[in-house]
Amino acid sequence: MSGGAAAWLKKPWFGPLLALICVYALFSALTPDTFLRSLNLVTMLRQTVVVSVAAIGMALIIIHGGIDLSVGSTVALTTVVVAKCLQSGAGPATAVLAALALGALAGLVNGALVVGLRITPFIATLGTMSALRGIAKGLADEQKIDAPARGLDEWMAVVPGERLVPYGVWLALAAAVIFALLLGYTKLGRHAVAVGSNELTARLCGVPVTRVRLLIYALGGLLAGLGGVLEFSTLTVGDPTDSVGLELEAIAAVVIGGGSLSGGQGSVAGTLIGALLLTVIKAGCTHLGMQNWIQEILTGAIIVIAMTLDRLRQAARD
Amino acid sequence: MRLELRNLKKAFGAAQALSDVSLSASPGAVHAVLGENGAGKSTLMKILSGAERADAGELRLDGAPFRPSSPEAARLAGVSIVYQEPLFCADLTVRENIVLGSEPTRGGFVDRRRSAEIAERALSQLGQVSSFGLETPLRGLSPADRQLVSIARALSNADCKVLILDEPTSALTGADTQRLFAIVRRLAASGVTVLYISHFLEEVEQIASEYTVLRDGRSVAAGRVAGTTRAELVSLMAGRTVTELFPRSARTRGEVALELRELSGRRLPKRASLQLHRGEVLGIAGLVGSGRTELLRAIFGLDPRASGQVLVDGVSVAAAPVALGRRKVGLLSEDRKSEGLAESLSIAENITLSGTGSLGPYGLALPSNSRARAVRWIEKLGIRCRGPEQRARALSGGNQQKVALSRLLEQDVDVLLLDEPTRGIDVGSRADIYRLIDELAGRGKAVLLVSSYLPELVGICDRIAVMVRGSLGPARAASELSEQQLLLEATG
Repeated sequence: MSGGAAAWLKKPWFGPLLALICVYALFSALTPDTFLRSLNLVTMLRQTVVVSVAAIGMALIIIHGGIDLSVGSTVALTTVVVAKCLQSGAGPATAVLAALALGALAGLVNGALVVGLRITPFIATLGTMSALRGIAKGLADEQKIDAPARGLDEWMAVVPGERLVPYGVWLALAAAVIFALLLGYTKLGRHAVAVGSNELTARLCGVPVTRVRLLIYALGGLLAGLGGVLEFSTLTVGDPTDSVGLELEAIAAVVIGGGSLSGGQGSVAGTLIGALLLTVIKAGCTHLGMQNWIQEILTGAIIVIAMTLDRLRQAARD
Repeated sequence: MRLELRNLKKAFGAAQALSDVSLSASPGAVHAVLGENGAGKSTLMKILSGAERADAGELRLDGAPFRPSSPEAARLAGVSIVYQEPLFCADLTVRENIVLGSEPTRGGFVDRRRSAEIAERALSQLGQVSSFGLETPLRGLSPADRQLVSIARALSNADCKVLILDEPTSALTGADTQRLFAIVRRLAASGVTVLYISHFLEEVEQIASEYTVLRDGRSVAAGRVAGTTRAELVSLMAGRTVTELFPRSARTRGEVALELRELSGRRLPKRASLQLHRGEVLGIAGLVGSGRTELLRAIFGLDPRASGQVLVDGVSVAAAPVALGRRKVGLLSEDRKSEGLAESLSIAENITLSGTGSLGPYGLALPSNSRARAVRWIEKLGIRCRGPEQRARALSGGNQQKVALSRLLEQDVDVLLLDEPTRGIDVGSRADIYRLIDELAGRGKAVLLVSSYLPELVGICDRIAVMVRGSLGPARAASELSEQQLLLEATG
């Protein structure tokens, strides 16, 4: 079994997992009576759901050599759309489908800008980040939209004694499994890695690069849409000013989990670990009674340390 | 005939890369395609492998017309290429790289078992048990093994009829080269036609049965390798007439300005020693990939030195461009677009970019001063432009090169390291640059000139040294050297 253990050690998400365990153990030791309570665990999971789902999409996009800054705006826009749909009397299924479709469409637009107009992904999605935020605000009349939740709030609800882990967590996990399989075992997934690794080679080998790019951006948008639905379930309002900066958290989760901004590397598992790590640090600091600004400095430091370790690991490997 | 090409033509813009190329290769032959740098070999290979399309002419594969629209189409038709720099996705495994673009699938997922079989079969055609596993990522493999994977990929389509190997040994050691030859012989014996592109005539003699020589975009000779001497091949490759005039004023050789003592880079060069005098133009001949550019980069500290010393005026200098700039050494890059110039800046900004002279009081860089300096060089070198404010991007190649040279002149360097200073520029600018180099040498500057254009080396250099696979030979008087002699040495 030593070969199996060595293979584990080589996994790119092994380091982040170790970090997650250490940080978790540290906070558990520092505040044993509050941090270890099951309710706290559930709270942390709930807090991670939206960013995890968005980060899975970001992982796909980063691995194929792109980036998507419009994720936060897409999430905000979809909360508004869900609220609008429910407000106008549509059923929850319609609202969810509309949100997912809109997310995928937003992703497709990003992909089209990158592929069709050859705008670099950073700039293209910087543009859509602003535009989608504007659309969300316009649609919502610059206000929060209260809407009857019609059962959607149940998705993220914790019912003590009956249902401790909300459905949304399972949904996020299911999305993770599906997209990990897609990335690792389907043609589209492997082509995405090939494009991110070396686009020129991929093209010469007959990989349909344009289609791969469009589909990956669309899937990223779809996941952002799902994130928006879950965000609505949490907030039970449509909020056009919500999730500002979510894209940066998602990017951080991907790179902490072993993703490389130059493409070709990263994993869904690592991304989830990265997202959890960020949440655990935030929650732990709160439990320690640290102020917000200290949390932010710590989060920044963790990202830089994670990157440095990754650099060293890569240098050792090459 | 397995492969027949007749009267192929291909132009890129105004440049005629191929003007008339014909070639025929029989099944199971190892057919060498020979030619100097720029003879049109790469263009020909791009057309065969589907990366470019010919403007005119006929291609036939096993008698049927063959006009591949894409690399994949060429591959499916049975023509595969392995590039000089093997192409691969470092993050994918050996198996994935071999089947990339034509993965077998089952139920929506990539069929690992079948793709492993395909990869296994392709690797076994190379006749050896590979030292690496199918699931190893490519980044973990040595260059030689990566090349094996590239060849396996080329063979992985069911019916590989023609395999093109473009300078396959340039990244290989001697032992790996012999291993590759065994593979090539094995493939040829199984009926695959191998087009073997190489500068190294000794390799061609070892491995090829027939040859075609390209020169200036034309196929000028073809025949069997047995019974043709190396000297004959060389004169077929070189045989051109020198039409340009190379000025040569009286030069006085002065003190040693630049000395290299056993300078080695990480890979290239290998223990290069050299003495460059003031008032001298010293040429470095050699093939592309022999390490000439790496030599200049190692001297200038752009690439790390593995060992050895660089002395300027007898003083050892650290391997950093800033340190060499301070000792008045300047480098002109062969890569004008990405290194030689800041294309989006103006002519004036480019010329004063090195920033050695003062451009104003209190360390300010006043645009009026840099414009004035630029105007001087524009007039002196006859740079054709709208004025010093014009962006470097908008200039022709020759004028861009003059701007790049002006930067070194403005810096008033004593030692000029020039890498392919006349590549891709028009004859008029070329003559201007020869005159300039001659004048600089006459004024006591030292010039180290790397060039692939042999008439130029023989024409304007005082001494020439030949570089072969990273090793620099002794510098000898140019008057005693001919183009044929240089080519022979560079290819041996």
